[in-house]
Amino acid sequence: MTIRGQAHIAGAFEHPRREIPDLTIPQIHAEVATGALADAGLEFDDVDGFFTDSMVPGWSPISMAEYLGLDHLRHFEMTESGGSSYLMHVGHAAAAVAAGKCRVALITLAGTPRSDRGRMRGGGSMGPESQFEWLWGSTGPVSQYALVAQRHMYEFGTTSEQLAWVKVAASRHAKHNPDAFLRDEVTVDDVIASRMISDPLHLLDCCVVTDGGGALIVVSSDAAAGLDRRTVPILGHGEAPKHMHDGRIDLTYTGAVWSGPRALEEAGVTVDDIDYVSIYDSFTITVVVTLEDLGFCEKGKGGAFVADGALESPHGRLPFNTDGGGLCSNHPGNRGGMTKIIEAVRQLRGEALAPVQVPDCELALVHGTGGSLGTRSGAATLVLGGGS
Amino acid sequence: MNAKPRLPTLEPTTGRETKPFWDALSDEKLMLPRCDTCDHVVWYPRQFCPVCHTMGVSWFEASGRGTVYSFTVARQAFGEWKAVVPYVIAYVELEEGPRVLTNIVECDPDQLAVGDRVELRVDRSPDGAGVHRFAPVS
Repeated sequence: MTIRGQAHIAGAFEHPRREIPDLTIPQIHAEVATGALADAGLEFDDVDGFFTDSMVPGWSPISMAEYLGLDHLRHFEMTESGGSSYLMHVGHAAAAVAAGKCRVALITLAGTPRSDRGRMRGGGSMGPESQFEWLWGSTGPVSQYALVAQRHMYEFGTTSEQLAWVKVAASRHAKHNPDAFLRDEVTVDDVIASRMISDPLHLLDCCVVTDGGGALIVVSSDAAAGLDRRTVPILGHGEAPKHMHDGRIDLTYTGAVWSGPRALEEAGVTVDDIDYVSIYDSFTITVVVTLEDLGFCEKGKGGAFVADGALESPHGRLPFNTDGGGLCSNHPGNRGGMTKIIEAVRQLRGEALAPVQVPDCELALVHGTGGSLGTRSGAATLVLGGGS
Repeated sequence: MNAKPRLPTLEPTTGRETKPFWDALSDEKLMLPRCDTCDHVVWYPRQFCPVCHTMGVSWFEASGRGTVYSFTVARQAFGEWKAVVPYVIAYVELEEGPRVLTNIVECDPDQLAVGDRVELRVDRSPDGAGVHRFAPVS
C-alpha cells in the first residue's frame, strides 16, 4: 500500500506571534486548531483523527482532545521525535486516512520556550545512556551540533563562511515576513563576527527561540474533493531514527539518507524534480548535512552547494525556507517541523509572500530533524504536490 | 591525593547494569564490557549486546588511550559550568572502538585538533566517585 495521492493537506495555520506569555499551552493549541480548520473550511466536529506531541499537557493526547472538545475521534497518536514529529504525524495521518481509519486529521503543536526561559526546562526521562552523557557540561543542542560541524569541517574542509550562507539566505527571506522574529538581513561577515557560542558555531549559526505553534489538517481525497480550498496532495513520506549505533556514531550523516529516498520513491520523483525545499534549520550545519544526505549534492560538498545565494528564492538553484525558517522567523516550542510543512503548503498553493514565491511551484520536499544530530535523532521527509 | 578538578565533577548515576564501570573508575581503571557471545566491545556499558542481541558481558580493562573524533569549545554555559568556560566537550574514539562523550582537560582549547591523541584522566566527584576525562598525550 502507498499513501501517494490518497490524502491531502487541506488546512495549515502558523500562530502569528513569537512571544506569547499571556496564553496557556492549551489555549495556543486551541488557537492553531481553530486557524487550521478555518483555513480548510472545516469544523471541530469534522475531526476524527488527532495527532500531537508529548509536550502537550495532561495525559496522552486525550487530555488535549478533551480540552478542545474533539468528540468524534476514532484515531489518535502521539509519535514523539522532537522537531520532526509533525512530519511523521502527516505521514501517519495519510496512512491512517488511506487505511480508512479516519477522514479528517488534526495535527497540533504549541510551546512557549521564550516566555518560559529561566524556568525549569523539560528534560524528558533519563534513558539508559544518560549517565554517560550528562556529566560533560553539555550546553544543549548547540554543543552537540557543534560536534557535527567540527567533524564536517575536518573531513570535508567545510568553512564557517559556507555555513554562514545558509543564515544569509534565510535572512533575505525573513526581511519580507512581517511575523518573522528576526527581520534584519545579515551578511556572511555578520555571521562570522557574531559571538562564538560553541566552536565552530556562532550565535548567528543558531536558530531563534520562540513561543508559538501551528496546526495542519490532513484529509482523505474524498473529503478534499468537497472543499473549496486548494488542497495539497501528500505524495510521499519516509522516516528513520538514527542513534549512536553502539557507540560507533558517525557524525557525518543524518537519518535523511534513509528517510529521503523512501519519500522520493513513494512519490515517484527525484530530487531534480523538486521546486522548493523546507529544510530543518536548527543550525546552519543542519541544513548543509541534510541537503547532502537527501541527494541534492554529493556528501561533503554541501558547503560549496549552499554558498553564494544558492538557497535564495526565487532565483537561487534551490529555494529553501522562504518564511525565514527557524534561523530567522520561528522555531515554536523548539520544534521547527510544523512551520517547515506550513511554508511548503504556502508555496504549493502559490500563497507565499510575493517576493519569495517560487514561480510555478509544483513539487516540494520537506525535511525534519528531531533530537540531536550529535547523539540520536529522528529524520522525516515529505514530498508534497501542487495544489488542486 | 587528588586535586580538585577544574571542571564540575558530578556524582554519576549508576545502575545495576553499569555499576562495574563506575566502580572501576573509582579505582582509576577504565573497564569496558565485551559481549560473551560475539566479543563485541559494547558502548554505552550495559549487559545486553546490541550487535548479536544476547545477554551477558564480561568486563576488561581498556588501554585508556584514544583520539579526538570531534570536539567543541563551550564559550557560553549554564549553572556551575558558567564559571569554567571555555571548556572542551568531545567524542574520544577509544582504541577499543567506541566513541565516547567526555571532556578534554589539561589543554589549550584553541590548540586542540581532531585526531589528537589523548589518554585517560580520572576526576573525582565530591563523594569520591571517578569520572572519565581525557588529556592530550604529551
